[in-house]
Amino acid sequence: MNTEGAWFHDVSAGDDSTAQARIRDGEADDPADWPRLAVETGYADDVDAYYDELHSITTAAAETAVQERERADDQQLKHAVRAMDDCERTANELAERVAEWAGTRLADAGSGVGYARELVTGETSDRADADLVSLAQRVVALDDEAAELRRTIETTAPDVAPNLSALAGPVLAARLISLAGGLESLAKKPSGTVQVLGAEDALFAHLQGSAPSPKHGIIYTHEYVSGTVPAQRGSAARALAGKLTIAARIDHYSGDRRPELDAELDDRIETIRSGGDAA
Amino acid sequence: MSLPNGVTRRSFDGTQSLATTGEPVYGESTSEGWRQWVPDRSKLGAMFELGVDTGLAGGETVLYLGAASGTTVSHVADFAGPTYAVEFAPRPMRDLLEVAADRDRLFLLLKDARAPETYAHVVEPVDAIIQDVATRGQADVALSNRRFLRDDGRLVMAIKARSEDVTREPDAVFADVIDRLKTGYEILDRQSLEPYHDDHLAVIARPR
Repeated sequence: MNTEGAWFHDVSAGDDSTAQARIRDGEADDPADWPRLAVETGYADDVDAYYDELHSITTAAAETAVQERERADDQQLKHAVRAMDDCERTANELAERVAEWAGTRLADAGSGVGYARELVTGETSDRADADLVSLAQRVVALDDEAAELRRTIETTAPDVAPNLSALAGPVLAARLISLAGGLESLAKKPSGTVQVLGAEDALFAHLQGSAPSPKHGIIYTHEYVSGTVPAQRGSAARALAGKLTIAARIDHYSGDRRPELDAELDDRIETIRSGGDAA
Repeated sequence: MSLPNGVTRRSFDGTQSLATTGEPVYGESTSEGWRQWVPDRSKLGAMFELGVDTGLAGGETVLYLGAASGTTVSHVADFAGPTYAVEFAPRPMRDLLEVAADRDRLFLLLKDARAPETYAHVVEPVDAIIQDVATRGQADVALSNRRFLRDDGRLVMAIKARSEDVTREPDAVFADVIDRLKTGYEILDRQSLEPYHDDHLAVIARPR
């Protein structure tokens, strides 16, 4: 009796963790009458007992897999985007220090992370220069780390939040999830809140009566807001926030990809930009 | 067309509706152990409501592709026999765990329906494949899962036009999907799911 390929092949009765692992990681080219084979090889006493066992093992395997996938999901993305920002900010700060130091020693000193890169690849003539170059190397390493984290975000965000990533781009999607504290809390926020996420200072100034209401927070980095003329930017920000909110809700509650959202957003922004509808 | 055994019409708050017996899942009305099957929320429910001859008789072995949160698959598990439910996304799978807790012949698989080799070691040959996957390449999903279907089995499929291409006319999308399906299936019936579901086509087929 050939049960090779079956999930229960070589699994001893009661060894639930092996059985679960086989459900999750096993493969076969074609199905077979597994219930009958399980009974004939003695894995189960009868078909009913086989189904009872299958139900318990598949449910447990699904539960474990869900927990693992979710743990790997939005919280990881949150940490990745925050780490990327920390690396970028620190790289820029140290690059300023490098520029200031270099200015006292070298006639042609430049500034920024780009200049730190030049220093690292250039020749060093003495001891003080070596210290300067060493510091510049930290800048370059941090900048490389930020780029690496960005690549990670670009590959994970579409898995975690497919619709939000498609509409906002993976990095902005990750920033919104990070600002909200997770995909679930983002999905529960009203669109008006999503519109000003990242502009909390301006929002509180407004609430205290000392400033106009902010029209956009971090979503300003989206081309649909920043690339729209200032007079219509508020409308664009509201439209974008509305669709992003819907996208986040679909991603959290359903998880399937709805390409029609992209088209609806494109249409809406086109209408706003052509001045056809200021609402 | 007759409904499968285990599916009946009952009155809920004065309106006639499809129903199955089982634990409630998504806030549907219940009455004397029967749970209302709402066609607006279920493509298979809409097929029955519209009189599509699905070939489902009740008690059969089912492979359900695209189980989502379990609205439809819960009713299927109520009237069918052993039911294998494939769903790829972790979030809806969490809801499915609740559905399966009350249904001991519902087997959950967190798998990609586009990769049948990752669950062929668990799923037995079935009498019916019910497919409702919102992904591009719906015909290819049906074709690659054909290996599970018995020779006299039925494919009961809801094609979502917008998952293939949002910019094209739904009818053109349906025609393409059906042409592709015909390389492995004989089409027995097709019917629009309006007014319950816009831009969806029900297709009943058998392997050829």
